Amino acid sequence: MFKLESKNVDVFYGSSQALKNVNIEIQNNTVTALIGPSGCGKSTYLRLFNRMNDLIDGIKIDGQVLIDGQDIYAKGVNVDILRKRVGMVFQKPNPFPKTIFENVAYGLRVNGVKDENFIRERVETSIKQVVLWDEVKDKMKRSAFELSGGQQQRLCIARAMAIEPSIILMDEPTSALDPISTSKIEELIHELKSKFTIVIVTHNMQQAARVSDKTAFFYLGELVEYGETKQIFTNPKQEKTQNYITGRFG
Amino acid sequence: MYQIDENKVTRKKKRNQKFVFFLFGAMGYFVVALLVLILTFIIYKGASAISWDFITKMPEEGMTKGGIFPAIIGTLCLVAGSMLFAFPIGVLAAIYMNEYVKDGFIKKFIKQMTNNLAGIPSIVFGLFGMSLFVNKLGFGDSILAGSLTLGLLALPVVIRTTEEALKAVDNTFRQASIGLGASKWQTTRRVVLPIAFPNIITGLILSVGRVSGETAPILFTVAAYFLPKLPTSIFDQAMALPYHLYVISTSGTNIEESRPIAYGTALVLVIIVLFTNLLANGLRKYFSKKVKMN
Repeated sequence: MFKLESKNVDVFYGSSQALKNVNIEIQNNTVTALIGPSGCGKSTYLRLFNRMNDLIDGIKIDGQVLIDGQDIYAKGVNVDILRKRVGMVFQKPNPFPKTIFENVAYGLRVNGVKDENFIRERVETSIKQVVLWDEVKDKMKRSAFELSGGQQQRLCIARAMAIEPSIILMDEPTSALDPISTSKIEELIHELKSKFTIVIVTHNMQQAARVSDKTAFFYLGELVEYGETKQIFTNPKQEKTQNYITGRFG
Repeated sequence: MYQIDENKVTRKKKRNQKFVFFLFGAMGYFVVALLVLILTFIIYKGASAISWDFITKMPEEGMTKGGIFPAIIGTLCLVAGSMLFAFPIGVLAAIYMNEYVKDGFIKKFIKQMTNNLAGIPSIVFGLFGMSLFVNKLGFGDSILAGSLTLGLLALPVVIRTTEEALKAVDNTFRQASIGLGASKWQTTRRVVLPIAFPNIITGLILSVGRVSGETAPILFTVAAYFLPKLPTSIFDQAMALPYHLYVISTSGTNIEESRPIAYGTALVLVIIVLFTNLLANGLRKYFSKKVKMN
């Protein structure tokens, strides 16, 4: 069984179609990169998996999106519980205006965890997992805004991990970061792979090649090609893919 | 091909730029000068009337002597009362509109109606307040009726400033919170409101400034021509600064003799408004700092 799966997915914003008949199967504990020019539907596709698109007025979704074989758009699915299983990291680091500690504890608190010892443990583990512990362990009670952009983004990843999801969605997580912070996040993605299934949207072709096992290329709402990252970048089957990754358009 | 005289073009550009900047600058300074002029005028005319007695004593001798204490207290009561009414309703309505209602007809309709409410002349609010609160609901000419009428007037301001404050909160904060399994209410309460709070407070205090100077809405609903005692309940009439100013300038017992008191009253009113604006600024700064830390 696949960890994530989409079957014949169409997405409409009002009358314009953002995704056309997209079929993808994603294995457990892998990193999948979604690439393509702006407006190709890759972010829309990513946001299907935690139903973040539900927040947009006038959106319509057809087809099936499955996590662990279960249709997450079926009637009776508890969206809050679904979102607990699927963490998300955004383009711009967006820690809450709270302390470093409370940022990571937030997900636990809103999900009803009261045991302070447990919360403290989870916060520490999560921050250690994103290799931020040594930098922040003495200022857990300070505002998260005092951290640098790269640190903030790692904190946001820790925030997503604290509630122990099995999937992490990343929407261009390094586009607002400097090269050093970017490479730290990329290293992190490598390490997190053993615990999570990661789907990452990126505009950076080298990044897709560096971090992912599989790559999906979207163009104008269609999935043009999906396969092993190595194959996509060295021997693409489609001419459009070839043109895009060599920078001839996009 | 066409030829360009670069020197000429540059000269022209520079000249135009200078002219436009001068025009904009002149307008900017004109506004500042106007404000300074008004303030200086009121301070110059009113400062001599201001004394401890002036702000703590009852009016005497047909309001040509004595102080304006009951009018100050009356205005403070009215402001407090109107805000008690307008704050909760306005803030909750704005939260509902910005966080819960989907884009569409209903949202547009509510918005349009709030804007219309803001455009209604304040004297019409006064008339409406008299008919509803004073007569129909039987509150009589009272602080309650006046506060509710002023509250109605402040409502659209409160709603709009709160909405602006909520809109200024970056959407990714909401998405991040929702993405962690938080409900909409949890997101609103724990993330959105703390971020928007400093701006909400500012808007609220600015509407206080607005309300404290209104005359028309209190004309038929609460304001007493002359009442040399303090209100003891919300069903009492009261004097109020803007109305007192109006009375002693137009229909007092001796208009010429009470001029200094009129300017003194105006000065007190202006000081109250300036003070609330300063307070708004201070609070916004204080809470902006604090909000990063909770």
